[in-house]
Amino acid sequence: MPTDTGTDDFVVFDRVQKSYDGEILVVKDLNLSIGKGEFLTMLGPSGSGKTTCLMMLAGFETATHGEILLDGTSINNIPPHKRGIGMVFQNYALFPHMSVAENLAFPLEVRKIGKSEREEKVKRALDMVQMGEFGGRRPAQLSGGQQQRVALARALVFEPELVLMDEPLGALDKQLREHMQFEITNLAHSLGITTVYVTHDQTEALTMSDRVAVFDDGRIQQLARPDVLYEEPENSFVAQFIGENNTLSGVVETMGDTTCTVKLDSGEIIDAKPVNVSRPGDRTLVSIRPERVEFNKERLQSGVHTLQAEVLEFIYMGDIFRTRLRVAGRDDFVVKTRNAPDQVRLQPGQQIEIGWLPEDCRALDA
Amino acid sequence: MSALPPYATTGQRIWHYAFRVICGLIFFFLIAPILIIIPLSFNAEDFFTFTPEMLALSPEGFSLKHYRDFFSSNDWQQALWNSVTIAPMATLLSVGFGTLAAIGLSQPHVPFRRAIMAILISPMIVPLIISAAGMFFFYSRIGLQGTYWGVVLAHAALGIPFVIITVTATLVGFDRSLTRAAANLGADPVTTFFRVQMPLILPGVISGGLFAFITSFDEVVVVLFVGSAGQKTLPWQMFTGLREQISPTILAVATILVALSIVLLATLEVLRRRGERLRGLSPA
Repeated sequence: MPTDTGTDDFVVFDRVQKSYDGEILVVKDLNLSIGKGEFLTMLGPSGSGKTTCLMMLAGFETATHGEILLDGTSINNIPPHKRGIGMVFQNYALFPHMSVAENLAFPLEVRKIGKSEREEKVKRALDMVQMGEFGGRRPAQLSGGQQQRVALARALVFEPELVLMDEPLGALDKQLREHMQFEITNLAHSLGITTVYVTHDQTEALTMSDRVAVFDDGRIQQLARPDVLYEEPENSFVAQFIGENNTLSGVVETMGDTTCTVKLDSGEIIDAKPVNVSRPGDRTLVSIRPERVEFNKERLQSGVHTLQAEVLEFIYMGDIFRTRLRVAGRDDFVVKTRNAPDQVRLQPGQQIEIGWLPEDCRALDA
Repeated sequence: MSALPPYATTGQRIWHYAFRVICGLIFFFLIAPILIIIPLSFNAEDFFTFTPEMLALSPEGFSLKHYRDFFSSNDWQQALWNSVTIAPMATLLSVGFGTLAAIGLSQPHVPFRRAIMAILISPMIVPLIISAAGMFFFYSRIGLQGTYWGVVLAHAALGIPFVIITVTATLVGFDRSLTRAAANLGADPVTTFFRVQMPLILPGVISGGLFAFITSFDEVVVVLFVGSAGQKTLPWQMFTGLREQISPTILAVATILVALSIVLLATLEVLRRRGERLRGLSPA
């Protein structure tokens, strides 16, 4: 969604570092600006530093070095209860001894908001998440999805400008998760709040976010819109982490402006787009998405290099076919094709020729 | 106890009944001495035995004279008043310090947690007479011996271990993200403590408090050392009563104390159930 991404810096991480033991940096020199109203997702494997960043923003962890700015002012020395940032916790953290309505009234009570205004806001927030009838229930009397909605309403009821979400959908089943993804993004955009969302689920990150920051090893590996992230990964970690991916290793043979050729370890030559390789002789991992591989000879561009492949396995998945091939000495090369009426169903043992557009095959760091 | 399965051997059958008899005997020896004082306290005579009239269940055999004696005697009333002023104050101190200690010691970053915990719990393990003697010499030096506050402090020290143990047990099931959530929602640490943490650990706090109260209310050794005639509590008065003037008034007092204990235990059970329900409710 093309919102005003990065135009104004509502949340800024300025050279932030974090170490728990004084030796190992969990977050290394983090610089990140989040625009007002933006939905930004921090995505990464566990231990990549994404949750630590969220906790620093919420104030539960302190940055060892660097500054975090909220709306232009440093919040390093502001305790969590004075930051006014909403948060949805991974386990929801609803107060078990209070009813749903009391849970929602809590942030308003501590802000000394009058009773009638409080009740009105609680009601509006509950209606917003379609939980209007559940105000009198205890959290334990609700299903996981309902608890999740209440947690969301509680984080929004005091009208914060920034809301943090720490893997809020992790405990829900697949269908409910997909439904809630849609609801959360809708709500965030319609209320115009800035959202920082942490997840290790890449589908969630791609479908919900304006921009995604991919974390690994305490650094942001790539910060981009979901489509850019998927189609133009900047390094092999991002290519591997986002979506399914075929990788082949080799050495750059010739270098052009927009294309290069790579000699694979098995000897074949292929065309690729140089991303972070600079000169012939560089080792590289080339990455091709399974759905961008073409084996229909008529649709292959003339003049491009092709590879011989042997079909090992054909898996029928309903909407798509997933075919595993042996290519260039590797037997984990996957091709995905749409289940269309004219689609060829390959048979195991069949010998085929595969190719791709040079720009779909990205030569990345080895 | 489940019924015997049809394939049980003779040995198993014998053990099955022997087990019941043993259990019955244990209960009898534990409970009978307590139960027997209840009818005896309604004795019309100044004896510790059942009179023929009592055994015949005739009304002349029974009276409330020992209860009247308890409520009219100056000695007993003074002792009751001392107990009633000392025990709640000691309980208050135990609960306050014990709860704070338990919360502090449940923080993972506190150094020497186990050692500190062991020291705080030691009054429960060290023989009472040794604690009492130590307190006597220490309190004499600092002028607390023979004062109201001396006895209160001594009893508070005895009650703190109970509070620490019960509160620590409830804190084990306490979800730390709740305090984070409260802070995130704008509550300062004090509000968070009273609105979120305290209500959830309250069952532990109250049951610890009840134990502390009973400890102080029943205590005779420490108060003999640390107190003076002005702090003569009910147990102390019973102790001297047994030695000097064998009177069934003691039985009346004992019956009252038994009734009080039953009420407290029932409260404890209700709280425990409430605690379990709340814990069961919290999201896993």
